[in-house]
Amino acid sequence: MQATATEAFPHSGAHAAHHQEAGFLRTYVFSTDHKMIGLQYGFTALCFLLFGFFLMLMMRWQIAHPGKPVPIMGPMLASLLGNVAANGIISPDLYNSFGAMHGTIMVFLAIVPLAFAAFGNYLVPLQIGAPDMAFPRVNMASYQFYVLGGTVMFFSFFIPGGAAQAGWTSYPPLAEVVQTNGQTFWLIGMIFLISSSLLGAVNFIATVIQLRAPGMTWMRLPFFVWAQFVTAFLLLLAFPPLEAAGILQLMDKVAGTSFFLPTGLAVGGKLAHISGGGSPLLWQHLFWFLAHPEVYVLILPAMGIVAEIIANNTRKPIWGYKSLVYSVLTIGFLSFIVWAHHMYLTGMGTKIATFFQTTTMLISIPSVIILTCMFISLWGGSIRFNTPMLFVMAFLPMFGIGGLTGLPLGLSYSDIYLHDTYYVIAHFHYIVAPGTIFAIFAGIYYWFPKITGRFMNEFWGKIHFWGSLIFMNLIFQPMFAQGMAGMLRRMADGGANYSGAKTPDTVGGLSPFIMGLHTWILWAAVGLALVQIPFVINLFWSIKHGPETHSDNPWDSTTLEWQTPTPPPHGNFATAPLVYRGPYEYSVPGHERDFTPQNEPDPACEPSPA
Amino acid sequence: MDIPYTVEARPDTGLYNAKVGIWLFLASEVMLFGALFSAYILLRVGAPAGYWPEGWLNVPLGTLNTMVLITSSITTVMAWASLKMHQFGRFKLFHAITLLMALTFLSIKSYEYHDKFTHFEILLKDGRFADGHIIERAPDHIVIHGRIVNDEKALYNLHEKHIQLKEVTIQRSQIKSMERYGPWHNTYCALYFTLTGLHALHVIGGAIVIGFLWGPGSKLWETDPERFTNRVEVSGLFWHFVDLVWIFLFPVLYLL
Amino acid sequence: MEIKSPAQTGSAVAEASHEDFTEFKQHVHRYLFVFYALLFGTLATVGASYIPWGNHEINIGVALFIAVCKGSLVACYFMHLISERRLIYGILMFTAFFFLGLMFLTLSAYLNFPLDTVTPYGH
Repeated sequence: MQATATEAFPHSGAHAAHHQEAGFLRTYVFSTDHKMIGLQYGFTALCFLLFGFFLMLMMRWQIAHPGKPVPIMGPMLASLLGNVAANGIISPDLYNSFGAMHGTIMVFLAIVPLAFAAFGNYLVPLQIGAPDMAFPRVNMASYQFYVLGGTVMFFSFFIPGGAAQAGWTSYPPLAEVVQTNGQTFWLIGMIFLISSSLLGAVNFIATVIQLRAPGMTWMRLPFFVWAQFVTAFLLLLAFPPLEAAGILQLMDKVAGTSFFLPTGLAVGGKLAHISGGGSPLLWQHLFWFLAHPEVYVLILPAMGIVAEIIANNTRKPIWGYKSLVYSVLTIGFLSFIVWAHHMYLTGMGTKIATFFQTTTMLISIPSVIILTCMFISLWGGSIRFNTPMLFVMAFLPMFGIGGLTGLPLGLSYSDIYLHDTYYVIAHFHYIVAPGTIFAIFAGIYYWFPKITGRFMNEFWGKIHFWGSLIFMNLIFQPMFAQGMAGMLRRMADGGANYSGAKTPDTVGGLSPFIMGLHTWILWAAVGLALVQIPFVINLFWSIKHGPETHSDNPWDSTTLEWQTPTPPPHGNFATAPLVYRGPYEYSVPGHERDFTPQNEPDPACEPSPA
Repeated sequence: MDIPYTVEARPDTGLYNAKVGIWLFLASEVMLFGALFSAYILLRVGAPAGYWPEGWLNVPLGTLNTMVLITSSITTVMAWASLKMHQFGRFKLFHAITLLMALTFLSIKSYEYHDKFTHFEILLKDGRFADGHIIERAPDHIVIHGRIVNDEKALYNLHEKHIQLKEVTIQRSQIKSMERYGPWHNTYCALYFTLTGLHALHVIGGAIVIGFLWGPGSKLWETDPERFTNRVEVSGLFWHFVDLVWIFLFPVLYLL
Repeated sequence: MEIKSPAQTGSAVAEASHEDFTEFKQHVHRYLFVFYALLFGTLATVGASYIPWGNHEINIGVALFIAVCKGSLVACYFMHLISERRLIYGILMFTAFFFLGLMFLTLSAYLNFPLDTVTPYGH
């Protein structure tokens, strides 16, 4: 087959689309097409991202102005949620709910579905030259479980007592003794979400193993596919222990067992009526066995997106492709044996703490290798500074800050001081917010032309970028200072009771400057909200009115997703593409164009027959 | 363009898609039950000495149930082998036995559950413990088939030879509190019900899939026998895994 | 996981699709043997649990040893792991590693820490 870029498939998309004429429900709701499922995931997860952001804004107001009614949103909260938001004031209970649900929604309902499920679903089959995922109906079921889990989570706000209040980590005994059924909803929602992720993970791995196009050998896979592949393994093997833990905690809530409740537990000053004999530490082990790999589930797909965009916009091969691949495999492997560095303060033995410190320091090595490869890739490139590239360029230092500030938390001595302070919040938000979310934004701007055939607006894209970059740093940088000053997280009054103003005789009270940063952060968060408005408008407006691309490969890219019609038809490729070369053949000397697509025939190199 | 390797094996991996899929799924199941087993170990080694129940479950019934599952496993593999040898009738026969065995297993399991839910530990006002199944409930007294002991610890080890159960009448006025042997009773019961309950859910799920392939799903044999054989193989792999989990659950819960 | 040559893999496909009957007859005999071994193993587990070895840990060890043997029989023969593809072995080896990590690292949190702190107040 002599396929060069787009000419080989002249608008076969239109034919295939007519061939597959299906009703509205089959096309948009019960679709088994990986691209539609990817878009469904993307849209739903973006909505949850916005919702999680809204919860954060409400919390920031409460922290900066404890006990004052929320402006604008206050009356709405009061009428929707009743007593817990009486007069538009966020009560401590409601604050706890918002905190727990902000974490849960952002991690399990927004970022993972965006970075893994949405981008992965849309792009992995395209990039490996497959017609669809290996199990399309399992794929559909995965999305439906996700929606079900999201619905349960969302509606838990409106039950009597409100949503879960014990943080996204749901540590027992606290999680189990709070007087609300929100925790039960949380557990049921989590079991749906975990099942969804498991189905997705099985599908991704089987797809990458089985459906690679002829000639697409493992070392010709785009780095994005490698990242998704490792991510899928993390989900597959790390999520089941949390599912088990969720089932056990659900039994504690509904069947009266005491898996996580110790003997002699007192609630409200009275001995709890339980059989006892459980272990609160057991939950933490099982939870962090998932939740640490989960951190890599959040970041690896983002690194994949970044690698694709850097290669394309520097017009040169990514530096150290093999190092990247082996690093991402090493990260995947090590991420399973670092979990207890979240538990130095739990009374775990010191010997095992030493073991986990060692593995934690080890895992930073492949992370640094990846970041270094990305930085070196920039060297000597003729960089195109479009919106996706700007977001990616910002990702690199932001992720660097997030990663390096994590080292003191991985060592038990420094962690004992920093644990549960705002320092921790700043650290992981640097990884996830200006890290992963920036990569997601970059990905949206970058692949939007493939999905719609139109570009997003560059000017407003740049406004969105610079605004987000500045405000994100204004939000999270002060938190390092607050944390090092000793301000604890999860306090509904933002630490007012520990302020030097309130307890003037106490050594180490929080200074007015540290307390004052709350106001600063609040207004930075409001600013961040404002600069998202152009993005949302841009996203929807450009679907119909953005500048047309006039080509199926507008960024002059090498990977296979750009070598199909736009948007790709059902089945993606008219005939299976043959792959002749690696993923990043940019500016190959002697070629007339500065990019050589993976499926461009190479007389010197036959595709492997796989 | 159809999805490749749904029936035939991909040359470089030597596997068809569903087989890769089911093994990945089983890998995640290993981690699920692995977490539950590690919960079991942690809670058991942390239990105070003398308070881990011994001999609380009916060993003959458990042994029978183990054999029932093993039998279902051999019929499952034989059903698949029959299809490989193009003997559709034998496939139907073998999987009929598999389904029957699944039902037998669940029935025995329900009987055991019922036995536990009707078993009471009764704390008497004089500090002694009555323990047994209630056989008569009157307004002022109850009659249990069981015994009365002075120390709760005596209820935990039933391996003692000289335990004698008889009908004991207890005045209601003597009773301080009573509790069924449900999951809430103690850590052991909690583990027993959770582990076997989750396992039973797997049995039900597997039986539904096998039942479908045995009944309406078997039409596929006429149009695409190879694909049908693959489906039977994949569902069989799941069924063997369920059997495998029980092989570990049985000694852990019944014997040790 | 490099791609094999077509000659090598082509024969595997042919082998799978034209499985000959006599070979399967042998398989069936093997399955029956495994079945009897499993039944015997079950009785052996029950029997061994009543033997007073003097130390309960030995009982646990024996029972788990028999269970591992039975489990291996099921996995190797009923689930055909004995003659499975390399890819499946790879997946399962990773799973086994993380499974053991989960089991032993969780327990080793109590290495230099008294175990009765798991349930601090006794019964």
